[in-house]
Amino acid sequence: MATIASRRRGRYIQLIKRTASPGQYVIMTFLALVTMLPIVYMVSTAFKPLEEMFLYPPRFLVRHPTLRNFAELLMAIDSFTVPVARYLFNSLLIASVTATGSVILSSLAAYPLAKYPRMPGAKLYFTMIISALMFAPEVTQIPRYLIVDRLNLIDTYFGMILPVLAGSYGLFLMKQFMEQLPVELIEAAKVDGASEWRIFWQIIMPLVRPAWITLIIFSFIGTWNDFFTPLIFTRSEQMKTLPLMMSNIGGGPGVVARWGAVAAASMMMTLPTLIIFVLLQHYVMETMAYSGIKS
Amino acid sequence: MAQALPNRWNAVKRAWREYRTMYLFMLPFTILFIIFVIAPVITAIYLSFTYYNMLEPPRWIGLSNYRLLFLEDDIFLTAIKNTLIFAVITGPLSYMISFTLAWLINRLRMRQVYTLAFYAPSLTSGIAISVMWLYFFANDRYGLINFTLFNLGIITEPIAWLQEQATIMPVIIIISLWMSMGTSFLVFLAGLQSVPAELYEAGLVDGISNSLQEVFYITLPVMKPQLLFGAVMAIVNSFAVFQVAAQVAGVPSPLYAGHTIVAHLYMHGFIQFEMGYAASIAVILFMITFILGRVSIRLFSEKGASS
Repeated sequence: MATIASRRRGRYIQLIKRTASPGQYVIMTFLALVTMLPIVYMVSTAFKPLEEMFLYPPRFLVRHPTLRNFAELLMAIDSFTVPVARYLFNSLLIASVTATGSVILSSLAAYPLAKYPRMPGAKLYFTMIISALMFAPEVTQIPRYLIVDRLNLIDTYFGMILPVLAGSYGLFLMKQFMEQLPVELIEAAKVDGASEWRIFWQIIMPLVRPAWITLIIFSFIGTWNDFFTPLIFTRSEQMKTLPLMMSNIGGGPGVVARWGAVAAASMMMTLPTLIIFVLLQHYVMETMAYSGIKS
Repeated sequence: MAQALPNRWNAVKRAWREYRTMYLFMLPFTILFIIFVIAPVITAIYLSFTYYNMLEPPRWIGLSNYRLLFLEDDIFLTAIKNTLIFAVITGPLSYMISFTLAWLINRLRMRQVYTLAFYAPSLTSGIAISVMWLYFFANDRYGLINFTLFNLGIITEPIAWLQEQATIMPVIIIISLWMSMGTSFLVFLAGLQSVPAELYEAGLVDGISNSLQEVFYITLPVMKPQLLFGAVMAIVNSFAVFQVAAQVAGVPSPLYAGHTIVAHLYMHGFIQFEMGYAASIAVILFMITFILGRVSIRLFSEKGASS
């Protein structure tokens, strides 16, 4: 009897440890490498000289790395009417303003919903936000275009920023994270005579830093990569962003032209997003646990 | 009735007096939300009953757009069929892969490295990375996949992956699955890390004897909010498939093999400027994702009631 009990106990302890077997490490490492293949290939191609680009048999990795593709990219863009710096500037400006703006607006709106759930209308408001999570942004694209057009904002920075500022996911994320803060904090501050405005900026916002950093990352990267919004909301070349520039050099779907310049541009677009995520990953993981929908 | 009205008015006044600052906090977000989310939804519903080409004012035509869509527009039926095939495969598959990978990563050391490797595709711009996929699936012998299959002796002639009707959808599915370890994947991973260890210990006392039982009886019930979030995201993303399809197969794709609901919407809205017709497509997509989203919320809460 005693041996069975102790054997069971041993198995319990193994279970509690919850560590992976060597086999699981091998499988996961293999899967991770396969997943990274297209990205590795992208970086490798960006440095390939022309001779290596169309070799047969095709080579996956670069043999004699060169920076010529980046020069070609600059030259390809030279033949456009707008310098590459303009696309970069547009992308950076729109992505940073959108990220900052949506954090401020979402946090302001999330605070009452999280901390004053008995406020009349709060429940209905949040139900509406959850419903808005349930439809694809593509659904509202056409009337949104008509509204932006009516407001005379087509081909302006505001036309690309304002429509995406009030995102349902941003509000949802901030509200879920703020909910876990103890109410006593706010009450104590109120006893000390602090206004709601001060409580929000000096107590709440510093405490929910992981959440707003996460929202900034998602919002910045989402805007940076967004192809559809600038495609329909811009007309002149001066207002276009990097993803649109990419489709210009490439020559459209299914076409492979200026291969080296395209690979260089792809790398230029992808690298910043990877770096931002790596640097701030732990904030994201801290926040994501609260991103569940309680039914 | 005569009394109810002033009462309600008083309640509004009381709420305003008590929560004025809070309502003001919500004002900027609410204004933009009304202009760019709620108003567009209502406008889309209205326009779906009209003929509107952006040159003349919208003309009311009742249900004609919907009748046309379902009874005469064969391409729309193809789009629905393609989207359904895509959603039925990609939705559940991406959901299960995300959870399984998150669960496995949670047991590994160097979690951050593995997390980054699987999440990296979601960080890339669709347009930048689809160019790489074009090379992988290139139609001639230079294509990496054709070359590999050729060398392994599986094929003797290169397959035109992006031209042939039979292979376009599978290619779109593969690329989408590759990109699908997104927000839900991170949410699952974080959720797994936040399951309290005491629960696992209590489970052992109650007689749980292997990892599978542990997942089903402890992990999944605790993670219900995260799982529901993942389900909603999987539904929305899989029914709204367009970007990848457009990037690798074009709009319209060869023989409409990669044509989806959103591709149809885009084609009629932004190429042919039939805004009324496009709006009716948007309304149908909206109803599909909304109903499925509601169903999943119902499903998750019923499980909660029974356990």
